Amino acid sequence: MDLLLGPVWEALISPFSEFAFMRRALVATLALSLSAAPLGVFLTLRRMSLLGDALSHAVLPGVAIGFMVSGLSLTAMALGGVLAGMVVAGLAGAVSRFTTLKEDASLAAIYLVALALGVTLIAGHGTQLDLLHILFGSALGVDNSGLLLVAGVATVSVLALALMYRGLVLETFDPVFMAAHRSGVPPWVWQQGFLMLVVLNLVAGFQTLGTLMAVGLMMLPAVSARLWHDTLPAQLLNASLQAALAGVAGLLVSYHFDTPSGPTIIGCAGALYAASLLLAPGGWLPRWWVTTHRVA
Amino acid sequence: MTLLDTFSLTSLPRRFLLASVTAFALLSSHAHAAEKLPVTASFSILGDLVRVVGGDRVAVTTLVGANEDAHVFEAKPSDAKTLLASKLVVLNGLGFEPWAGKLLKSSGYKGETVTAAKGVKARAMQEEKGHGAHAGHAHEEMDPHAWQNPNHVALYVRNIAAGLAKVDAAGAATYQANAEAYVKELQALDAWAQAQIATIPADKRKVITSHDAFGYFAAQYGVKFLAPQGVNTEAEPSAKQVAQLIKQIQREKIRAVFVENMSNPKLIAQLSKDAGATLGASLYADALSTADQPGATYLQMMRHNVTQLVAGMKLN
Repeated sequence: MDLLLGPVWEALISPFSEFAFMRRALVATLALSLSAAPLGVFLTLRRMSLLGDALSHAVLPGVAIGFMVSGLSLTAMALGGVLAGMVVAGLAGAVSRFTTLKEDASLAAIYLVALALGVTLIAGHGTQLDLLHILFGSALGVDNSGLLLVAGVATVSVLALALMYRGLVLETFDPVFMAAHRSGVPPWVWQQGFLMLVVLNLVAGFQTLGTLMAVGLMMLPAVSARLWHDTLPAQLLNASLQAALAGVAGLLVSYHFDTPSGPTIIGCAGALYAASLLLAPGGWLPRWWVTTHRVA
Repeated sequence: MTLLDTFSLTSLPRRFLLASVTAFALLSSHAHAAEKLPVTASFSILGDLVRVVGGDRVAVTTLVGANEDAHVFEAKPSDAKTLLASKLVVLNGLGFEPWAGKLLKSSGYKGETVTAAKGVKARAMQEEKGHGAHAGHAHEEMDPHAWQNPNHVALYVRNIAAGLAKVDAAGAATYQANAEAYVKELQALDAWAQAQIATIPADKRKVITSHDAFGYFAAQYGVKFLAPQGVNTEAEPSAKQVAQLIKQIQREKIRAVFVENMSNPKLIAQLSKDAGATLGASLYADALSTADQPGATYLQMMRHNVTQLVAGMKLN
């Protein structure tokens, strides 16, 4: 009994029981899975899968201004990043409402301007520090304030998502009906509120996964969840579970095989995506099975 | 209105402007030449040394300023302009400024260049990680941080004095005298540092840092620096490395943990907290601090580093 449990314990539990930094990384990743992955599902449904990537660049001017105002303060730079992301998302939303441009086109334009502004601000300030790198560490360096930020954002966005669910679903699937059926709340409230949540989750994700990888935990599980289920609630649940699984597996692989933690977590999410492509009901193998056997 | 009219109308004020700008430029460059020798140093520590050796005769500009990282330097047009305007460029050498060659070429600089570390017996860059994670990964790079040993800096200032004398023969004697006076201060610094480190028992001279810039310091003063790869700003750490470092800190009972002035302190701060070590004040490795911080000149920087290291190692 002990002979069997020993190695399993050693491989799966003791990294977390022995080291506090592993526990903090685990909690941060799980919290992020709970809130970011469902948002990713909505993003894919709204055909805005690449929005997260764009927004993660858009926060740069805010980070730069935060740095100028109060130096290397993580709070100031994170706050600046959230504000800048919200301004960019808000502007993009507004432009798509009031002009003929689609949401993705207006976002592409505005995020590029924001990125350029951020790079200029940093260069003008004369510092040679890589701000984004300094602001956003890795899962292994999450301190208590970072953990509080991630947990707080996760709590807020799960609650907000529950409150906004009906409106958001309607706005996503049938905006025409939503517009015609004036129920008191104007439709742009849902859109903007949703984009704010995405920005919040991205900045929280920066804390744990770094800038490049934050989008990964939001989008990859969401994309593969859509291959498994037809109904939205099932997709949301599946995305969260896949993200959590990728988080745990990624941390363990990083611990045992000496690989960088952020990319490893996203790599695990990628492996789940590949498996889903192959095995899920909406994937290749079942479809191939159905078509060949229908012919025969 | 004919084309000619338009031309003369618009070009008149432009010509006037151009003429006055040229005149101003000529005037100011003459004024500079008469007063101070324009010298460009690649980073803040060299800038300080040139200032010491050159005294009132030179005006120093540094490309990478205080608290900035020379590893990630990106040249701006103004840097090329600074280079072109200067009579002497002082570089560290030993591969510290990989961007310098390109910048010198692209700016069209044709003046003299001094390699301050010329004559220093270079160490190979050693990756002291305390664990053989990448044994087959041989790094044959030279360690450029030679200034961490004051005796090397004596070579630096003599090289700088010779370089200055080459472009300003009239000041040669002054440069020589300044350099030799500074060498005395460097010797005093070295003796003081030896005495300070000697107060710590040899087996307790162990320190964790975020960046392996202290190889020459370690060799000179017999202090063991553990700088885990991945805990510096550039590479992403793996959970295995962090876990091994925590175990090592606990096993060897190391209490002295330091970050340098330009890295992300978050990971190493959190890590030392987990391992029960104390995080000391920032060390200055690759860059001086601004004037309001304790590492504004080379001598201040070294004294600050030694004081902090000794205070940290007392806890070991």
